[in-house]
Amino acid sequence: MFGYYLHLALRTLRRNVILTSLIIAAVGVGIGAYMTVTTVLIEMSGNPIPDKSGRLFVPQIDLWGPNTRPKGGTAQVRLPNQFTYRDVTAFMQAHMALRQAAMYPIARDVTPTSGNPYSQEGRATYRDFFEMFEVPFKAGAAWSVQDETDRADVVVLGKTLAARLFPNGPAVGQTVNLEGREYRVTGVLNDWRPSPRFYDVVNGNAFATPEDFYIPFTTAISHQIQTDGNYNCTALPASGWAGRLSGECIWFGFWVELPDAAAVRNYRQYLLNYAAEQRRLGRFHWPPLVQLSDVTQWLDLQHVIPDEVRVNSLLAFGFLAVCLVNAVGLMLARFSARANDFGIRRALGASRSDIFLQCLTETAVVGVLGGLLGLALTELGLAANRASLGYLAAAVSQLTHTDPAVMALTVALAVGATLCSGLYPTWRATRVQPAWQLKAQ
Amino acid sequence: MDIIPILRALGRRKVGALLIALQVALTIALLANSLSVVQQRIAHMQRPSGLDEADLFTLSNQFAGSMADLSARIRSDLAQLRAIPGVVDAVAVNSFPLRGYGGSTGVTRTPDPKAGSLNAAEYAATDRTLATWGLRLIAGRNFRAAEVSEFHAGESYAPPAVAIVSQALAKALFPHGDALGQNIFLTTTAPTRIIGIVARAQTPWAANESAMFGAEYSLLEPMQLVSPGIAYVVRTQPGRSTALLPVAQQQLYALDRVRILSDAQTFPQTRAEQYRSDRSLALILVVVCLLMLVVTACGIVALTTYWVVQRRRYIGMRRALGARRADILQYFHVENLLIGGAGGALGIALALGANAWLAVNLETTRMNATYVLVGTLVVMALSQAAVLWPALRAAALAPAAAIRGHQVEIS
Repeated sequence: MFGYYLHLALRTLRRNVILTSLIIAAVGVGIGAYMTVTTVLIEMSGNPIPDKSGRLFVPQIDLWGPNTRPKGGTAQVRLPNQFTYRDVTAFMQAHMALRQAAMYPIARDVTPTSGNPYSQEGRATYRDFFEMFEVPFKAGAAWSVQDETDRADVVVLGKTLAARLFPNGPAVGQTVNLEGREYRVTGVLNDWRPSPRFYDVVNGNAFATPEDFYIPFTTAISHQIQTDGNYNCTALPASGWAGRLSGECIWFGFWVELPDAAAVRNYRQYLLNYAAEQRRLGRFHWPPLVQLSDVTQWLDLQHVIPDEVRVNSLLAFGFLAVCLVNAVGLMLARFSARANDFGIRRALGASRSDIFLQCLTETAVVGVLGGLLGLALTELGLAANRASLGYLAAAVSQLTHTDPAVMALTVALAVGATLCSGLYPTWRATRVQPAWQLKAQ
Repeated sequence: MDIIPILRALGRRKVGALLIALQVALTIALLANSLSVVQQRIAHMQRPSGLDEADLFTLSNQFAGSMADLSARIRSDLAQLRAIPGVVDAVAVNSFPLRGYGGSTGVTRTPDPKAGSLNAAEYAATDRTLATWGLRLIAGRNFRAAEVSEFHAGESYAPPAVAIVSQALAKALFPHGDALGQNIFLTTTAPTRIIGIVARAQTPWAANESAMFGAEYSLLEPMQLVSPGIAYVVRTQPGRSTALLPVAQQQLYALDRVRILSDAQTFPQTRAEQYRSDRSLALILVVVCLLMLVVTACGIVALTTYWVVQRRRYIGMRRALGARRADILQYFHVENLLIGGAGGALGIALALGANAWLAVNLETTRMNATYVLVGTLVVMALSQAAVLWPALRAAALAPAAAIRGHQVEIS
């Protein structure tokens, strides 16, 4: 029977061409606009490390006290989002988590063996960074604990920089010149593109690509490499590098991996104890206030998704609603115009559910066509986004044209929405009295 | 015109009328809110930086190789830039408005940091910076060459004896308007005296500043920055910045190869780059709104056309009984006005409700009531226009032909 309905549905597409194409256009345009905006939102709010996001935490401590907190929002929202050197060194030494890494962004000039120097973004961190964040290696491995202790000049290269520096051979074991100092390559990363770049949403664009190179934290500190990110102080630090390290300036990120609830509790207690101790030592003049946020909470707290994107997505949803209301009206007109057909079928013995199924099949066919149009428009919209979105473009740029999941979702959404909006017109169509129609003839 | 028969006739096609009203309402709510967001974006994009943007270009310079005598390298760079025919002046600074990144400092009126400080962008400026950038001094004086000292990156910082502040910062610190000559504190150690106030100088991150205030809290300190990373801001004769930008790049490289020049942009390019996402979000909204108006209009045309076809007999009868074409036309327009009016009232409520919700939940600004009014008028006018074509077709029906035809509706 379904085959027959499908046949009927395809035949009737040709009747009422204008009405039918208007319905398809309304559904298609609505779905296209909604999916364009939603795809951006989905991509931005995606979990960058789904299997571990609940086990990775950023601690925060009230380092500066209530007087220096910006106005507005709760104390939790306004806690300093980075740490001082003194704090991260204490955390690393305490080693209270399964894995932990202090880090900060750096920039260095790379001098290749031939050609002009160029500037590259990098990160100074601990070796746990790679395992904690499941960073894939293409060759080699992270540097060793010994390298960290020795403050060795070693480097892990991103895939792109490795290919640029050593196009013809393996990079591991070679040396790279970073501002006049030779670093030995211990590993090369494979493609790695967490979006958002969750491990550092404080410095720069949260949707930027990961850095081109990584060196040990201890090495960077001993070479007095300054941060390429935010450097905030409540009081002017003493002069020189020693002053930078001993002052109340925050410029370090810190992440821990805590495998279970007990570990989280323990770590929170450790932070509280640490803050209390700092108070005893006379550094803090306020009660301890600490916070642990997992990946999702942290991205929320740092407001990674701009409000504009959320507003746009709500407006696009409203637009879809307008399109669907429109489609309901049009379908009502379309089925009404065919009341004669239904009357005759009813008179020839078709039951109400037969008519219902027939109408539903027709609606679904229209929905599929609307979905296909929506799909084309989504591609168009995303292309326009990529071309014009500025700092948000990074989030959209990696969306492939042919993500089957998004395509299926688009068509399914179109069919579902069309079926929903077709329910009332369909119900009305089944109410046709056979006798009335025949009499009217 | 008697409205009662129209209302009674509408009662027989409740669902269709309801759908049009709902669509009109939703369209108004979305249009008004979108217009408001677009207007906010445009206002954001149009805020002036305080610079003479048209004739400026900028280069980010990063010296590589030996860092000995950076000061001389910067001086010879500046001399080279100033010698280019068509260049008016050039300065080497730590950052400039709309660059996207730079430094900031807490500023207080007393040496006590607990007194609550304002965060202001810091610009390292010389006696030539004001004229090169085109900042307008509204009170006090410019720096004197003798007041400018070298500041080497990484060395300990001592607050300067004098500074120039933006008007916004001056007002925020001294609301009574007596900022000139007052002392401010950048550290807890020594005071800095305000010797000049400029009308406007945006911060490097003004484009990303969602709060309207604070984007103009800027402070100019008399110092020549000496650092491997430095920005050159070059002012040219009118209309020559685009042509001279590649010349400047080429000459700097010719002078000293061991460097990295990046972000070579005319200032209008910098502005466009910084406000790119604002522009594109506004554009997306405008496109969606236009599409929505088209969809709504098409829906109204289609449903009205359908009603006209349904009511051929009725129209024919009225025509046969002496109704003029204008009466038929009027009938459909008044009917649409009734539906649109109901939708409009609902739309205004929806628009205001949605805006209030957005303001609370997404920190957007409250919308100006004009946008609701404009949105309502636009959608109602569109609705009337959409009815015109089907109504004209109805009016064109010949009385006899209309009665002969028949059409059945699902009631």
